Amino acid sequence: MTVRKNQATLTADEKRRFVDALLELKRTGRYDTFVTTHNAFIMSDTDNGDRVGHRSPSFLPWHRRFLLEFERALQSVDTTVTLPYWDWTADRTARSSLWAPDFLGGTGRARDGQVTDGPFARSGNRWTVNVRVDGRDYLRRDLGAGGRQLPTRAEVDSVLAMETYDTAPWNSSSDGFRNHLEGWRGVNLHNRVHVWVGGQMATGVSPNDPVFWLHHAFIDKLWADWQARHPGSPYLPAAGTPDVVDLRDTMRPWNDVTPADMLDHTRHYTFDTAA
Amino acid sequence: MSTITRRTALGAAVGAAGLALAGPTASAGAATAPTGAARTAPTAGSAAAGPAPAAFDEVYLGRRIKGGAPHGGGHHGGHHTGDYSVTIDGEELHVMRNADGTWISVINHYEPLATPKAVARAAVRELQGAPLVPLTLA
Ligand SMILES: [Cu+2]
Repeated sequence: MTVRKNQATLTADEKRRFVDALLELKRTGRYDTFVTTHNAFIMSDTDNGDRVGHRSPSFLPWHRRFLLEFERALQSVDTTVTLPYWDWTADRTARSSLWAPDFLGGTGRARDGQVTDGPFARSGNRWTVNVRVDGRDYLRRDLGAGGRQLPTRAEVDSVLAMETYDTAPWNSSSDGFRNHLEGWRGVNLHNRVHVWVGGQMATGVSPNDPVFWLHHAFIDKLWADWQARHPGSPYLPAAGTPDVVDLRDTMRPWNDVTPADMLDHTRHYTFDTAA
Repeated sequence: MSTITRRTALGAAVGAAGLALAGPTASAGAATAPTGAARTAPTAGSAAAGPAPAAFDEVYLGRRIKGGAPHGGGHHGGHHTGDYSVTIDGEELHVMRNADGTWISVINHYEPLATPKAVARAAVRELQGAPLVPLTLA
């Protein structure tokens, strides 16, 4: 059974295996197909049109399936690998071991944002950014630029306290748990972390930075935590809603999975915490 | 690896075919998009209801940024991104208007700003002199 662990608790061997699996998916080209899919949804998900991956109720089940696909790809390389999660309420500075050279490498240099240490630095020649929207083909970061702060535990708890999963008009202006977690409204959790990391993470091709997976694994865990606190609160909307994915509608691009199928993560993995 | 133009990518992404880039697509859903805005009853200031922001054309940090109605009329069969396009040194910057009237671009996707000009300037700062390129796909 897959157990997803807090990245801060990984052993040196677990970190090395995770990194090696990432590099192998990158080498074969499979990694970049995930970046392409994510960007295609980023560009087509709109507040007044069809929306599946972002700014809509299915933000959480869509990314859960997206992460499951990616985790299975990693496990096809190394069966022991699972997706770690990054609790950014606890590991909240650029000095965290997350950004050390034996794991994801650190922030970018001032001149061009280029990450210069760790397994994904350009000098290692194993992490060319192929799916890109500008001319730069190297991984970039700007951790905490401009004095930005990561969300606090108190801010997370304020969002987890929300009773209702989502509300009309089911987009970036909605009230409710999903949109406050996604970050278009209120204290802003998910979006703010993308911006805090900077570089590719702030763009539509954000999965180019491997921290994307650790960030979204934590967002996914927060959804599970919210479900545990609100067992009587269902996924919404239930049915008949234009442009968005109702409980039993299928989600692109897979077309074989619905939000209802994604509600129970324990069928696929558990977390290293008692939830 | 194949290269397609940003305009092609945008057209594919917002067209009735849906996510041609991402593999198999659902046939249902996309066709309702043009009327969806009316049925979801947007509030004042939403993407469907708000007026287009002013056009602009300036040099910012050495880059020519322009915004306004796209030449060619933007015949995508919908109004997903509004009839408004932004370019940096002549290359299209994919922008999107949020329901509350704020804007994002593919460069600063997770940080809404008040106007498309602010989004263009933020992209120029982020690019640090690098050119926008047509979307390159793996
Ligand atoms: Cu994200």
